[in-house]
Amino acid sequence: MPVLKVNGQSHNLAVPDDAPLLYVLRNDLKLNGPKFGCGLSQCGACTVLIDGQPVRSCVTSAGAVVGQDIVTLEGLGTPEKPHRLQRAFIDEQAAQCGYCANGMIMRAKALLDTVPKPSEGEVRLALDGNLCRCGVHQRIISAVMRASREA
Amino acid sequence: MNAPFKPRFSRREVLAGGGALALAFSVPVSAIAQAPAGAPAAPRLPGDLQTNRKLSMWLRIEEGGKVRLLVGKVELGQGILTAVQQLCAEELGVDFNRIVITSGDTSLVPNEGVTAGSLSMPGCGTAVRHASADARGILVDLAAQRLGVDAGKLDVADGTISGEGKQITYWELVSGQELEVEATAKTPLRARDKRRYIGKNIPRIDIPAKMTGQPIYVQDLRPDGMVHGRIVRLPVYDAKLVSVDTSGVEKMPGVLKVVRDGSFLGVIAEREEQAIRAADTLRRIAQWDVPKDVPTSETVYDWMQKQKLQDIVIKNDSRSNSTAVAATIAVEYRRPFHMHASIGPSCALATLDADGMMTIQTHSQSVFETRNAIAMMLGVDRTKVRCQHVQGSGCYGHNGADDVAADAALLARAMPGRPVRVQWTRNDEHKWEPYGAAMLTRIKAGVDGNGNVLDWDYQLWSTSHGTRPSSNAGNLLAGQVLEKPFPLPVPVNGGPPNYAADRNAIAMYEFPGQVVTTHFITTFAARASSTRGLGAYANVFSIESFMDELAHRAQVDPLEYRLRVLKNERGRAVLQKAADNFGWANWRKAPGRGRGIAYAQYKNLATYCAIAIEVEVERNTGKIRVLRAVAATDSGEIVSPDGIRNQIEGGIVQSLSWSLKEAVRFDAGGVHSDDWISYPILTFSEVPKIEIELIDRPGQPFLGAGEAAQGPTGAALANAVFDAVGVRYRELPLTPSKVKMALQS
Ligand code: FES
Ligand code: FES
Repeated sequence: MPVLKVNGQSHNLAVPDDAPLLYVLRNDLKLNGPKFGCGLSQCGACTVLIDGQPVRSCVTSAGAVVGQDIVTLEGLGTPEKPHRLQRAFIDEQAAQCGYCANGMIMRAKALLDTVPKPSEGEVRLALDGNLCRCGVHQRIISAVMRASREA
Repeated sequence: MNAPFKPRFSRREVLAGGGALALAFSVPVSAIAQAPAGAPAAPRLPGDLQTNRKLSMWLRIEEGGKVRLLVGKVELGQGILTAVQQLCAEELGVDFNRIVITSGDTSLVPNEGVTAGSLSMPGCGTAVRHASADARGILVDLAAQRLGVDAGKLDVADGTISGEGKQITYWELVSGQELEVEATAKTPLRARDKRRYIGKNIPRIDIPAKMTGQPIYVQDLRPDGMVHGRIVRLPVYDAKLVSVDTSGVEKMPGVLKVVRDGSFLGVIAEREEQAIRAADTLRRIAQWDVPKDVPTSETVYDWMQKQKLQDIVIKNDSRSNSTAVAATIAVEYRRPFHMHASIGPSCALATLDADGMMTIQTHSQSVFETRNAIAMMLGVDRTKVRCQHVQGSGCYGHNGADDVAADAALLARAMPGRPVRVQWTRNDEHKWEPYGAAMLTRIKAGVDGNGNVLDWDYQLWSTSHGTRPSSNAGNLLAGQVLEKPFPLPVPVNGGPPNYAADRNAIAMYEFPGQVVTTHFITTFAARASSTRGLGAYANVFSIESFMDELAHRAQVDPLEYRLRVLKNERGRAVLQKAADNFGWANWRKAPGRGRGIAYAQYKNLATYCAIAIEVEVERNTGKIRVLRAVAATDSGEIVSPDGIRNQIEGGIVQSLSWSLKEAVRFDAGGVHSDDWISYPILTFSEVPKIEIELIDRPGQPFLGAGEAAQGPTGAALANAVFDAVGVRYRELPLTPSKVKMALQS
């Protein structure tokens, strides 16, 4: 029965310890930010921050992150009050289907938290393990660069 | 369910309840040009108005100052809903934000067929534009009567009609009674200088929700009582389930039911991870009969030529001059199977209600035909199945969306009253989606003493690019393997004007003689169906690579070589623009670098697109680095510049990914490209800088942009690699090993 701290709130969860964090976040906590893309740690769609580090929730068990600070896309901002990265993704129209966006924004958040003014090359490198099939890479890079400027 | 997402409208809610008023007019019907239903000479209406003729099928003026726009086309991430909302706001004369869209619900919206083929703007956009203009015209006439002011003196601003000091709003004008009126498409469109939305970059309506984790995808639906389903697919194509002992699995924690029907095997559990575990166990213990002698991804090109072929000559222009042929050049090109490979695997929800109604939430491109196919599979009347489109992950053609909807329906039938959510795994998606079909092409050209083409003979071999549901259960994966199976229909190749395998097979250059033959194969080496561009990708790759070969042979600049035989002015304009923006004329070659250019008009009738690419090739590794891609396109009149840009940009990246990295590998052991390691796609470090220039053609028809870049990108890439290292690559993809091998030989 793990107690999880998600977006600043503690949740007492009646779920098995070995349930993947992704399903617990989505199905038990009804969060939609983290997405199921592969379940294999290969695409990044399920990324959340755990104690500030980008982590792939599809291969992380709920029991492994008890007591740690879990932040999902919802924890960054809302449509009314978006985080500057979310704002920048909207301003750059950095999406087609947008299914990859969660991973992109969460990975970029971790980058900007450690490297506030990254070069374009650093952004590309940080996001290299996050897949986008619609091909909006150039827009995503622009959005991250914009967010870093608007810090 | 959180606020902005409400997929389950009832029909009443939209038609009458919830305060909705139908667009209702109290003008006499005779005042509106209208043919009686079924009259022989119904006038031809533009776009999808032709098949959905009544205004009330498209538009409703609703209480609370709202307008509801109903469309059959669906959002696939291509931005179509924003673009049609722009058109509606413009032509109806209301603020953009007053409009609420319902799309892709088989019980509510006009049947506009499949959302595919770059036809949404020509079909739906055109219809919405004229329907909205017609509605405005009618409302203005109504206001003229009501206000006693000449219609010509009235102006519309945000749904308020005013003139000579009097005014009335749309919402005050319409009454509760419904009057169905056919569109005329005769109302003048808004004058260019009065436009607020057409041609402007209006931010996409769906992006804020997507960037903040609001529930907007089908994957995010969680109705009360929902349970989780998983399917155990066949290990290889055409396998048969011999036996499976389900008793142990039925006792696993959370498992509610194992469903078996012939070789269809699925499981339902309370929790998602329980369903996954149960399916994994079933997969381990199931016994299958598997076919032995099957084509492989290596032998497929030989296999194609040995099949029974349907030979269709689609162009046969023999040369009328008698110039002597100085040389004949013949080459062969190949493209492998590749995937749509959406980032989110396919997903659907289905619920069987007590009254026997099966309601399915799906990201299908073809809600109506999928509904019909599923009804056929279930053996129920079409009216007993309802499909509601809810967005999924990016869609680039016929992917697993329809199959997973069928899977969900079969599981839901076994568990009435509970919404069953079926989520395909990554492995399901990679192995079972229908691929873009492998193709083989051969071109033979007879040229004169200056290297100009005299005779052009083009032949192509391909399996089908179209196995969409098409209202037939035999096209659904589940339908094919039931105890009483539905056979896969014999595919037919789509004919003119859009074509399918032979899309863009006719070269748009003015050659004195041109013969084009399609060798269509009705059997399958791997499951294949519509994938962005269909045959156009291979055909444009072949034609534009060969034009480059011929230009080099003639020692003529490839741009100039094309312009000699390209007479279409709009085609010439994009080609010249792409070359200019690239800096073609002053480009200087550096060691290991190369440039290439290619052009096509998609489907020979839609968007004109030219692309120039610069690459750098590492000789010792064979690695190709794409440095930049410069495109110019003409899609007719532009509604959303950024929408077109996004489509072209994404198309270039996706086609580069296909052309540099992608090929589905399969043999008797099944599909081996089953995850992102065994089937890699382009990543951030490999995506080049992309520059796009759009040429606007005010007053010209919308041409649709989604698929225009696929062919030219592949050819421009191969041409650039040739320019860099002097080796011609005729088989896609251009993987480093292939490039290295060719460089060393
Ligand atoms: S879903 Fe977790 S990395 Fe793909
Ligand atoms: S926007 Fe569709 S996968 Fe990235």
